[in-house]
Amino acid sequence: MDEKREDGRSATQLRPLSCTRSVLNRAHGSASFSQGETKILAAVYGPRAGTKKNENPEKACIEVIWKPKSGQIGKAEKEYEMILKRTLQNICLLNVHPNTTTSIIIQVVNDDGSLLPCAINAACSALVDAGFPLKYLAVAVSCSLSKHEYCIMDPNKLEEEKMKALVYLVFRNSILSVLDEGSKQEGESIENGIITSVTHGVMTVNNYFQCLEQGLAAIKPLSNFLRKKLQWKAQSDVSIAG
Amino acid sequence: MAQMICLQRWKWMHLDAFSHYAFMSATCSNQYGLMDGLLEELEIQQLHSVSQSTIYLLRTWSLSLYTIPRQIKCFIIVGAVASANGSALAKIGCTTMLAAVKLEVMTPKLESPDEGCIAIDFHMPPICSPLVRPGRPAEAAPVITKQLTDIILSSGMIDLKELSLVSGKAAWLAYLDIYCLDADGSLFDAALLSAVAAFSHLQIPVVSLNDNGRIVLISEENSGAMWEKEPVNKEKRKLKLDTLPFSLTCALHKNYILADPSAEEESIMETYLTVVLDSSLQLVSLNKPGGPGLAQTSAIQDCVALTIKRVKELQKMLNEAISDMEVD
Repeated sequence: MDEKREDGRSATQLRPLSCTRSVLNRAHGSASFSQGETKILAAVYGPRAGTKKNENPEKACIEVIWKPKSGQIGKAEKEYEMILKRTLQNICLLNVHPNTTTSIIIQVVNDDGSLLPCAINAACSALVDAGFPLKYLAVAVSCSLSKHEYCIMDPNKLEEEKMKALVYLVFRNSILSVLDEGSKQEGESIENGIITSVTHGVMTVNNYFQCLEQGLAAIKPLSNFLRKKLQWKAQSDVSIAG
Repeated sequence: MAQMICLQRWKWMHLDAFSHYAFMSATCSNQYGLMDGLLEELEIQQLHSVSQSTIYLLRTWSLSLYTIPRQIKCFIIVGAVASANGSALAKIGCTTMLAAVKLEVMTPKLESPDEGCIAIDFHMPPICSPLVRPGRPAEAAPVITKQLTDIILSSGMIDLKELSLVSGKAAWLAYLDIYCLDADGSLFDAALLSAVAAFSHLQIPVVSLNDNGRIVLISEENSGAMWEKEPVNKEKRKLKLDTLPFSLTCALHKNYILADPSAEEESIMETYLTVVLDSSLQLVSLNKPGGPGLAQTSAIQDCVALTIKRVKELQKMLNEAISDMEVD
C-alpha cells in the first residue's frame, strides 16, 4: 500500500521542522520557520494606532504583506495575503487592541512546496513572539492526493507537481491534556473544526474527507513541536527575570 | 403545498447585537422574503420576545436558489455582448456579472506547441459597490481572478489542445474578461457561472492560412474568394466542454449554514465556505479562507449536499439558456 517517496519518507511523515524566534532585532516579533527546504521569515510590527480604510475600528486590524523570493507580487501573492489575513483573524483576540493595525510581513526565503502552510506556521510563531494575544495557535499542514488516490503529507515541490490534487488545511493546535486518550471525547469536537481549507485539482468528495482525516492526525506532532519551541523562550525569560 | 415545503426550510439564526440594524433593514426591504402569509405561522411572537441584544434573523437557503420565485433568483443570458466571440450575463440575486471571451491568434509556447491559452481577468469597477473607489482597485478582484483561473484550468473544463490551430505556429489565446456590475455578495459564484456560460456560448471563427503563413479571418462576405485556400477551421464551431464547474458559497455561523449570502449578510457573517463541484459531482475546490468561525466536518458535508442541488439547478438553467439562444 505504501508508495515510495523520493526522499525516503513514509506517506504520513512530515519533513524536518525548524523554528527560530526573535531572529530580527527591530521587529516587535519575528520567527523563521522551515519545513524541509521550504523556509519563511515572518516579522510582526504593531499594534499601531488606526485601522485601514473599510475596516471595523472596534476591532484590531491585521495587515499581511507577502514578499516573494524574487520579482513583483502578483495575483497568487494577493490570494495568499488574503488567506493568511483571514486565518490570523481567526486565531487573534481582535477585541483586545481596538482601532489598531498590526502588520505581518512574510518573506519567502525558499520555496520547496507547502509554501502557504509554512507561512501560516511562521506568522503564528511571529505573533507569539510579539506577544500578540491569541486564542490558540493555528497549525497548517498540506496534504496531496496521488494518482492512485493515496494521501501523502507535506509534499515537496516535485511531488506537488506530480500530484492529482492538493489540499492545504489549517486547524487549531491540539490540546495538551492530562487526561488519557480514552476520556478525551468531548474535546475532540472542538478540535475538528477547520480554520482554513484551500484545494487545487479535482478529487472526489470522499478523497477530500480522507485528506481531512490525515491532516487532523498530522497536526498533533506539529502542534507539539510548536508548543515546545514557543514555550522554551517563555521559560528562559522567567529564569532571567528570576 | 409549496408553502408548506418552504416552511420546513426556514431556519432560525442567532446573531449578536451587531446584526440588529441589518435585520431591521432586511425586514423593511422584505429582502429575506419575510413572506406575508407565512409570517404568522412563523410565530412572530418569538421575534418580539427576544431581548434587545439578541436578534433572530431568519431566512431560508432555498430563497436564493430561486425555489421561491422572488427577487432573489438567478438567470443567465448568453450572447449578451455582440462584439465578443462568446459572452454571457449571469445574475444571482442582485449580483450581476458580465463575461465576454475574445479570441486572438498567438504563437504557442515552446513547451506546449499544440495548446492554446486562456487569460482570465476579473474587474470590479466603482459602479459595482460603494466600497470600491475609482483609482484604487478592489482587494477582492485579484483574489477572485486567481481563484477563477485555478478552477477553470484545473477542472479540465476546456481542453487547451482544442484551441490549437497549426501546431507550433498558431493557437487561440482566449481572453476572458468578467465585469462585476453589481456586487451583492457571493461574487465568486456569479463570476464562475458567467464564465462557464460565456465559454459554452463561445464560437470559434473560421480562419485560414494565407500565403505569408499568417492566419486570417474569413468573414461571411469574402468567404467565396477565400475558399480555395482551405480554411484551418472548416466552419464555426463550439468548444467541447467536458465538465462544467459550478459553485456555491455558504456563510457559516455557529451551527447554521446560510447559502448564497448577500453583501449585507457577508458583512455580518464573516466566515464563508465556497464549494465548487463539476457536472459529474467531483470536488474541484473547497475553499474556506479563514474567518472568525470554524467549519466542522458535518457543516462541510451539508454545504457539499447543498452544492450538489445547486449544480443540478444551474446546469439545467444553463442548458435552457443555450437552447433558447439557438432557437433564436
